[in-house]
Amino acid sequence: MSAVLSRRTLLAAALAAGAGHRAAFAAEAAPARIASLGGAVTEILYRLGGAPRIVVVDTTSLHPAEALRDKPNAGYLRALSAEGLLSTRPDIVIATEGAGPPDVLALVREAGVPVHLVREPPTAEGVLDKIETVGRLAGLDAPAKALAEEVRAGFASLAAERARITRPARVLLVLSMAQGRVMVGGRDSTADGILSLAGAQNAAADIQGFKPITDEAIVAAAPEAVVMMRNGPDAPSAETVFAPGTALGQTPAAGKRALIGMDGLTLLGFGPRTPQAASELMRALYPDLPRG
Amino acid sequence: MAEAVAAAPHSLPSGRTATGLAFAALALLALAACLLSIGTGAVPIGPARVLEVLTGGWADPMLARDSLVILNIRLPRTLLGLMVGAGLAVSGALMQGLFRNPLADPALVGVSSGAGLAAACVIVLGDRLLAGLGIPGPLPFALLPAAAFLGGLAATLGLYLVATRSGRTSVATMLLAGIALGALTGALTGLLVYASDDRQLRDLTFWSLGSLGGATWAKVAATAPAILPVLVAVPFLGRGLNALVLGEAEAFHLGIRVERLKRLAILLVAICVGAGVSAAGVIGFVGLVVPHALRLTLGPEHRRLLPACALLGGALLLLADVAARLVAAPAELPIGIVTALVGAPVFLWLLLGRNRLADA
Repeated sequence: MSAVLSRRTLLAAALAAGAGHRAAFAAEAAPARIASLGGAVTEILYRLGGAPRIVVVDTTSLHPAEALRDKPNAGYLRALSAEGLLSTRPDIVIATEGAGPPDVLALVREAGVPVHLVREPPTAEGVLDKIETVGRLAGLDAPAKALAEEVRAGFASLAAERARITRPARVLLVLSMAQGRVMVGGRDSTADGILSLAGAQNAAADIQGFKPITDEAIVAAAPEAVVMMRNGPDAPSAETVFAPGTALGQTPAAGKRALIGMDGLTLLGFGPRTPQAASELMRALYPDLPRG
Repeated sequence: MAEAVAAAPHSLPSGRTATGLAFAALALLALAACLLSIGTGAVPIGPARVLEVLTGGWADPMLARDSLVILNIRLPRTLLGLMVGAGLAVSGALMQGLFRNPLADPALVGVSSGAGLAAACVIVLGDRLLAGLGIPGPLPFALLPAAAFLGGLAATLGLYLVATRSGRTSVATMLLAGIALGALTGALTGLLVYASDDRQLRDLTFWSLGSLGGATWAKVAATAPAILPVLVAVPFLGRGLNALVLGEAEAFHLGIRVERLKRLAILLVAICVGAGVSAAGVIGFVGLVVPHALRLTLGPEHRRLLPACALLGGALLLLADVAARLVAAPAELPIGIVTALVGAPVFLWLLLGRNRLADA
């Protein structure tokens, strides 16, 4: 054991010189090779024009679609491989918080590659902070500032519109409906975040996070509108969702046929497209809202 | 099943040379697996450079990244895989000898289910518990392996206590109680799965599929004191296990202290599998297939079987790990998928082959 430990110490000493050099380099110039892990980080980097410098993404980097098509895939964000990541020779790892496992990230750090975890609170400030942090880490401060301004303006006009809502609607955000199990977004979730941005009240606030909900709880939640994470031709119709006899069919939403289908990634991604997604949801919820 | 094992001594491969050859082949296989595990991975490093790093080139700054990959990622990973694989296979052989059933598996003494439940508790409740106690996060990442190890040990201890009446441990009761415990921990884990959020659920799933991915020297250092002594101690149980094949009363009359043997075997398996599961998650089939395959080729003599299991178990887990990290690079497959994917058909094939022999 002592042989191994002394070997490690020596190795660390040998690496110290290299790591010092790397730090100096990072302070002067933008990292040339970025490991971009996490949907929001990849989306922001693409928006900032950092795409050519991304050397690897992860399976949650779904937007834009070319990210996973063009870049190597390091696997699922929380089940990364140290050697796999290092094999792409990144200068920096920018990941959303929750990337891991922690011991793999520790190994990557030990290899002299800085690993930065970007926080993801599902709020407007959280999005702006994320854009600026990613921009700073990638050495793309100027485009990040511009994008942050654009997104900030988006949130501002959203807030102005939201102020005109006289009575917030009770909305149930349904993540999936498989085998009769309705999975909804409760409090402390990205669903809750987007609903409050869109000026709606989460009908499932009694539930924490994304959970399946019982039929009785659906009736008790009494949503006035249902948002589903699907749109396009394969989305379920209002007739199927609110079919008589189902729990959803006995809610106020059923009477109004208030079913809104939206793309889940856009809606829950909390990236630069969030103001647009929230305002789209708001228009769908309050069609009579006067425009500013 | 007991008859099959008892009948097998007649078909023992004769002579020391055959055994010697088999051991030489197994040792070679293990060595080859080690070399492959150190020499391959997502980062392309040529054999010459690997050799350079291993023979002291690690101080050369030109080799800094390569030596880091080899010395801090592949080497601990190889050692951990070797230990965990050997530990699982030896534990499997011990269980099969103890239960006199070639289909017994370390999971029978509740280690995996107990460890799984403890791990699920940490993954799902850990953050909330920490927040409740007012300790700032994140969760220290040694907590999960420590909890898994203790959970496995606690489950085995519980089963042992249930199955022991006035100093006598009933192996049959233990087996049945093990099934009940498996169902209970499965239900409790299900409850935690229900309470988990998306991320925790993913973590839980990946944990239960096993991985050598997070192998560090610290993990190797924490696992070695649990597994290595068991690997050394186990061949000394061989004579007792051989006698036990005849039945508990017969073994007792042959001068074997049966109760002590059972206690020792169960304890060793709990420690060994607990350490393996805590370091690498749940890895299936190694403990079942390796002893079974070796019993068919080497015969059921435990003093030979147990060390052979250690060699083959370690080698096979390393090979599975090499496959796990190469097929999806730069991502990697959970190793439990590879072992089960390869292990299950091989196991079936072995079973069919044995039935054919029995029919003939």
